Amino acid sequence: MKLTLRVWRQKNADADGAMSTYEVDNISPDMSFLEMLDTLNEELILKGEEPVAFDHDCREGICGACSLVINGDAHGPERTTTCQLHMRSFEDGDTIDVEPWRAAAFPVIKDLVVDRSAFDRIIQAGGYVTAPTGSAPEAHATPVPKPDADFAFEHAECIGCGACVAACPNGAAMLFTSAKINHLNVLPQGAPERETRVLDMVAQMDEEGFGGCTLTGECATACPKGIPLMSITGMNKEWLRATRKAARK
Amino acid sequence: MARTVWDSTVGKKTVMAVSGLIMLLYLVVHMIGNLKIFFGAGEFNHYAHWLRTVGEPFMHYEWTLWLVRVVLVVAVVAHAVSAYQLSRRDIRARPSKYVHKKPRASYATRTMRWGGIILGLFIVWHVLDLTTGHVHSGGFETGKPYQNVVDTFSTWYGNVIYIVAMLAVGLHIRHGFWSAAQTLGVGSRTRDRALKTTANALALLLTAGFLAVPVGVMTGVVS
Amino acid sequence: MTSYTEYATGAPVVDTKAPAGPIHERWDKRRFEARLVNPANRRKHTVIVVGTGLAGGSAGATLAEQGYHVVQFCYQDSPRRAHSIAAQGGINAAKNYRNDGDSVHRLFYDTVKGGDFRARESNVHRLAQISVEIIDQCVAQGVPFAREYGGLLDTRSFGGVQVSRTFYARGQTGQQLLLGAYQALSRQIAAGNVEMHPRTEMLDLVVVDGRARGIVARDLITGKIDTYFADAVVLASGGYGNVFYLSTNAMNSNATAVWRAHRRGAYFANPCFTQIHPTCIPRTGDHQSKLTLMSESLRNDGRIWVPKAKGDDRPPHRIPEDERDYYLERIYPSFGNLVPRDIASRAAKNVCDEGRGVGPGGQGVYLDFADAIKRMGRKAVEAKYGNLFDMYQRITDEDPYEVPMRIYPAVHYTMGGLWVDYDLQTTVPGLFAIGEANFSDHGANRLGASALMQGLADGYFVLPATINDYLARHPHQGEVAPDHPAVQEVLAETEDRLNLLLSVDGDRTPDSFHRELGELMWEFCGMARSDSGLRKALERIPQIREEFWRRIKVPGTGEEFNQSLEKANRIVDYLELAELMCLDALHRTESCGGHFREESQTPDGEAARKDEEFSYAAAWEFTGTGEAPVLHKEDLVFEYVHPTQRSYA
Repeated sequence: MKLTLRVWRQKNADADGAMSTYEVDNISPDMSFLEMLDTLNEELILKGEEPVAFDHDCREGICGACSLVINGDAHGPERTTTCQLHMRSFEDGDTIDVEPWRAAAFPVIKDLVVDRSAFDRIIQAGGYVTAPTGSAPEAHATPVPKPDADFAFEHAECIGCGACVAACPNGAAMLFTSAKINHLNVLPQGAPERETRVLDMVAQMDEEGFGGCTLTGECATACPKGIPLMSITGMNKEWLRATRKAARK
Repeated sequence: MARTVWDSTVGKKTVMAVSGLIMLLYLVVHMIGNLKIFFGAGEFNHYAHWLRTVGEPFMHYEWTLWLVRVVLVVAVVAHAVSAYQLSRRDIRARPSKYVHKKPRASYATRTMRWGGIILGLFIVWHVLDLTTGHVHSGGFETGKPYQNVVDTFSTWYGNVIYIVAMLAVGLHIRHGFWSAAQTLGVGSRTRDRALKTTANALALLLTAGFLAVPVGVMTGVVS
Repeated sequence: MTSYTEYATGAPVVDTKAPAGPIHERWDKRRFEARLVNPANRRKHTVIVVGTGLAGGSAGATLAEQGYHVVQFCYQDSPRRAHSIAAQGGINAAKNYRNDGDSVHRLFYDTVKGGDFRARESNVHRLAQISVEIIDQCVAQGVPFAREYGGLLDTRSFGGVQVSRTFYARGQTGQQLLLGAYQALSRQIAAGNVEMHPRTEMLDLVVVDGRARGIVARDLITGKIDTYFADAVVLASGGYGNVFYLSTNAMNSNATAVWRAHRRGAYFANPCFTQIHPTCIPRTGDHQSKLTLMSESLRNDGRIWVPKAKGDDRPPHRIPEDERDYYLERIYPSFGNLVPRDIASRAAKNVCDEGRGVGPGGQGVYLDFADAIKRMGRKAVEAKYGNLFDMYQRITDEDPYEVPMRIYPAVHYTMGGLWVDYDLQTTVPGLFAIGEANFSDHGANRLGASALMQGLADGYFVLPATINDYLARHPHQGEVAPDHPAVQEVLAETEDRLNLLLSVDGDRTPDSFHRELGELMWEFCGMARSDSGLRKALERIPQIREEFWRRIKVPGTGEEFNQSLEKANRIVDYLELAELMCLDALHRTESCGGHFREESQTPDGEAARKDEEFSYAAAWEFTGTGEAPVLHKEDLVFEYVHPTQRSYA
């Protein structure tokens, strides 16, 4: 396959960026999208040019590091992560646009690499159960109904890649935040911090400069792990419940 | 609590949802009232007069009406200010656009902001036209709403403005009702289809109900 | 200068911390004997933790909960992305919830035997004891383990053991456990007890007056190289499987932290013990950057075969039943497709070497579900393996319901690592190694679902108990002066190394060297090793190293985000570590676990252990790049599980 790539190049956080055009040839349809970029980078290095910087690590769709907007879609045309996207999803001769996640809360570090530490701070605000090591009761002391356990798991699957933010026209982190709130709030272990968790995490999310939700559903469409849009509904419900409870105190 | 709600994106959306639902309720009543126009000038004008006497003798003349107006104004202002502030925030949260653009989401979703602005302007025109009469096309007469309505819909621009606004209302409600349900946390996987159907039905009924009046005037059923 | 293969044998290395006495009392005894640090004094102690995987994340969180000031590092943009996240299968624990005869002793026994009698009994027994607490801890954190309808935890049997002791969260157990540790760590970061440095990579260890007192690390965004000081340093930086270039490790997983620590005096134990996992998706071409594992559970229902005839390139459905060789079922009639990982991997290599491999390049064997689909129905197969089949289809574009899967072994885990004593302390006082970075618990072969158990045992329970003893014994170490000659020397060496990489300006990319080294290692130090092959590799590695320093090309500068520089610097260490791996493999003329020496086979081609000669852990001491290291043996004593030759026929 022969392809034309238009890639966002930006020297560093302060520099202006622009799209640069590259031609790549001899691309195998079996290559992953990142292996195709590896090929480009090998050529660039030998030509004495700077290779394209992009985040990647596990390359098996679970670490959440890879983060490219391909032809306007977060993670590209298939519902998976960029690392699991293969070149057979494209046609010979295609022109492909590659851009970084774009959101005020995810500033570009270089080329296609962005700073997603805002997600870490949202988790730090309350995305945990306070269970210091050694304090745990016997695991079977509290049975968890299977539907609740499955519900928790479905939301715990979030890989924190940020595709939801990248796809959202408002740069909102609602799906990410709600996934963790739903995961922990449905479990008996998460119950004691149920209210503070949702209030603090939502406050931190706002603090980070993410946008609000207009329920366009773009986040859930882009999510490689299929976190449902209803997750946000669940968070809203938890937030209202917590706000009412706080008001009564 | 008020502070927490107002300062949070989730809280502000709640303000929008609640104020939106108040307005929606009003629209349903308003639309049904409008349809009385098809029963002739007498019944319509009588209905309009009754609106001013609701609650008597406990309430004084027009007190209930003013109460409703105050609630509505508060709802409109809260809805608009929240929408404005949230939109500002959303735009700031996504300062640079993608070079590669794709059409996104449903038509109703994408038109919420512009639709909202259109509706805001419409409300101003509508009040100046049929409540105060300042921009009325014919000879506006207080207490003669039937004639005033007929006058408005006898001009081409009156019809255009109204029809565009009512289509905007339909689209706004279609996304807004479902959206409000999600914001208030009453949506769920099992309820989603019912909520979406209700939203569509409300949008359709309100648009059709409101449009019946100008269509009636244009076709001469109402004159 | 002596030849690299003419290593000297030094004094034996002895684990002085493991208490004597009945094995089930040793951990209690050690915890009681270990000195404690007064809670009020803990705040004054700083502990550096490198890595945020299961071991590092859990250790950082727990030490901070205890009151220590923790300074933690990871090269990823977030501590949540450490490669523990990719573990699929599950985590073992001797809970005996099934009442199927499991016990701490059975888990201990299975692990020692599975490790082919090259692990330390005391450590393994402690691991089995702690396994029970890990499940409690993780459940309390909200880890969504699979549950049954009654609301209790579900377990399954895994990796050929006869009890059902593996707890799991669908195919994402590693992810869920890691997020649990990450969240506990996040709580401590928010509380100000952990100072987290993401996108910061450790490049060297600072040893002052014989003690580990800090690290040199590079901020990967700005390129700034800095020193960080502490009272103790904990390495939780994972394994070194990426020496092979192609492995199931993450692309950026690397050996720099452990190798630099080794260069500063920490012994490196059993470097040749690497695990090759049998069920990975085969490579498709030279562009391949990494290999993807398919859960071992597939072998429960899939049948492995190759054509009987060499070079048979008919599509699989055109090969009649009597022209297929279900070689595992043929050679190992009683275990069949469920033989341990090392045996399944080697058998696949053998049939491919015979020219009977399938797929591109003949590097693959079929894993066929046709019979399973006939027997159980497509629906049942879908329910059991649906997500794995989807993953396979996404990567290969082949439908495994219609066409047999193709699989091939790939490097997956490294049992070797920094030598540690019972307290998990290396031979450098104050330097600890936990998780995959150390060597101790898995011997020569790791059992399925044991890596997660060991990482969390080390991080949540072992290290936080043992590090107290070290800190209590060295309470007043004083601040390290940044201008201390030892600090300045390490800093200068690091800067020089990076500057040299940038200045060569040759004509080969970092990846081209990494790939060349990987291919060499896979060929000669992979699934089967021989004296002549290892010697060939040992001859070639210094040549590659020399060529590397002559021809490497690293674009850009050191004062910016520069992924080529990061890569090149990691390859510098692979080029040295690879040599030690080959030497270790060469010196160990027995076969055991994942280490198979062609010269040491039973008459029917199975691994033959030589207990009289090799019942020891080989701990190597660094003497200089390319210089013969010194071998220190730690004798392994088996009081409870007596070595037998494994048999799966």
